[in-house]
Amino acid sequence: MSELLSDNSAALKDLKDLVVSQLANEILETEIRYGELTVIAKRDDILKVLTFLRDDTGCLFKQLIDVCGADYPERVERFDVVYHMLSLKHNLRIRVKVRTDEESPVPSCVSLFSVADWFERETWDMYGIFFAGHPDPRRLLTDYGFEGHPLRKDFPLTGYVEVRYDDEQKRVVYEPVKLVQDFRNFDFESPWEGIQNVLPGDEKAEGKA
Amino acid sequence: MGVSTNTGASLAPGTDQDTLLKGVFDEMNDKGFVLANLDKLASWASTGSMWPMTFGLACCAVEMMHSAASRYDLDRYGLVFRPSPRQSDVMIVAGTLTNKMAPALRKVYDQMAEPRWVISMGSCANGGGYYHYSYSVVRGCDRVVPVDVYVPGCPPTAEALIYGVMQLQKKIRRTGVLTR
Repeated sequence: MSELLSDNSAALKDLKDLVVSQLANEILETEIRYGELTVIAKRDDILKVLTFLRDDTGCLFKQLIDVCGADYPERVERFDVVYHMLSLKHNLRIRVKVRTDEESPVPSCVSLFSVADWFERETWDMYGIFFAGHPDPRRLLTDYGFEGHPLRKDFPLTGYVEVRYDDEQKRVVYEPVKLVQDFRNFDFESPWEGIQNVLPGDEKAEGKA
Repeated sequence: MGVSTNTGASLAPGTDQDTLLKGVFDEMNDKGFVLANLDKLASWASTGSMWPMTFGLACCAVEMMHSAASRYDLDRYGLVFRPSPRQSDVMIVAGTLTNKMAPALRKVYDQMAEPRWVISMGSCANGGGYYHYSYSVVRGCDRVVPVDVYVPGCPPTAEALIYGVMQLQKKIRRTGVLTR
């Protein structure tokens, strides 16, 4: 895969040096991974970081590709908000992350990128990450009156309510979930289910045998 | 056709059908009228013009479109997709029915005039299918509307849907459309 793509490691290093030198007070970490630069920014300075990345002549990340969330329940600041940006001018992509928790709002970047409107609404809907200054902070995808944030790791797969048409009330009513059979998971090899990835013979490489 | 037969069974094209039709014409020329069962006539008319509601929810809708397009051509059975529930006899629930969509689906069903039928198309509409344990999906559209024919598959092929349509025609012929 990497042979097919043009080698941009030099450009990535230049970009990293530029970002580190210009935004030393606003960012926490930088890392080059999977052919992209990842910048972890301070939550309150995210707008400054995004503005710099958009407007600086060495960056010109004019397009905000996506804003999404990620949940790491074991962390104190359990959520990541991830911004993916694209610079057509320099043929580069960048990943900006911000850490937050259930209470702390993240500054909304709708004033910088109008596309962020629905992205941030979806992130709010799915993770319950609040975006301060968002012009229309409603849910986006889930049902009207939905409670909870489904992509949080502590949200049950089947949720809390199910719907049924009630012939007496002549409308669709909500009821607590009743499952005839519980969900059964047969995927023992999924990397998300804690596979140890130990194969027979691996101990020889460790020198224990 | 089977309109004027005593048994109500339909006849395939052939000598028997020709004899029957000749009998009908002779009777018409002789007496000037033909006797038929009104409920059978109504069922025959209904099966020949089941107009489905244009209502696609997910990928099954693509197979539903295939069944209506030139290769399979549901028009041959008198099935013409209508843009309004008030002109429709059949609703084909083609795809995943979500909690958010359920009241809208029921509203569309309520707007259809009697007699009306529902075909549940695909695993998701039959019982939730792949999304059975999801927090946002109705576990079968029969929780919201009464279903006449279930078409299995994920998605069912256009042939399978047409088979389901033919099963529904059979059901209409058997049960009739007139309420007594």
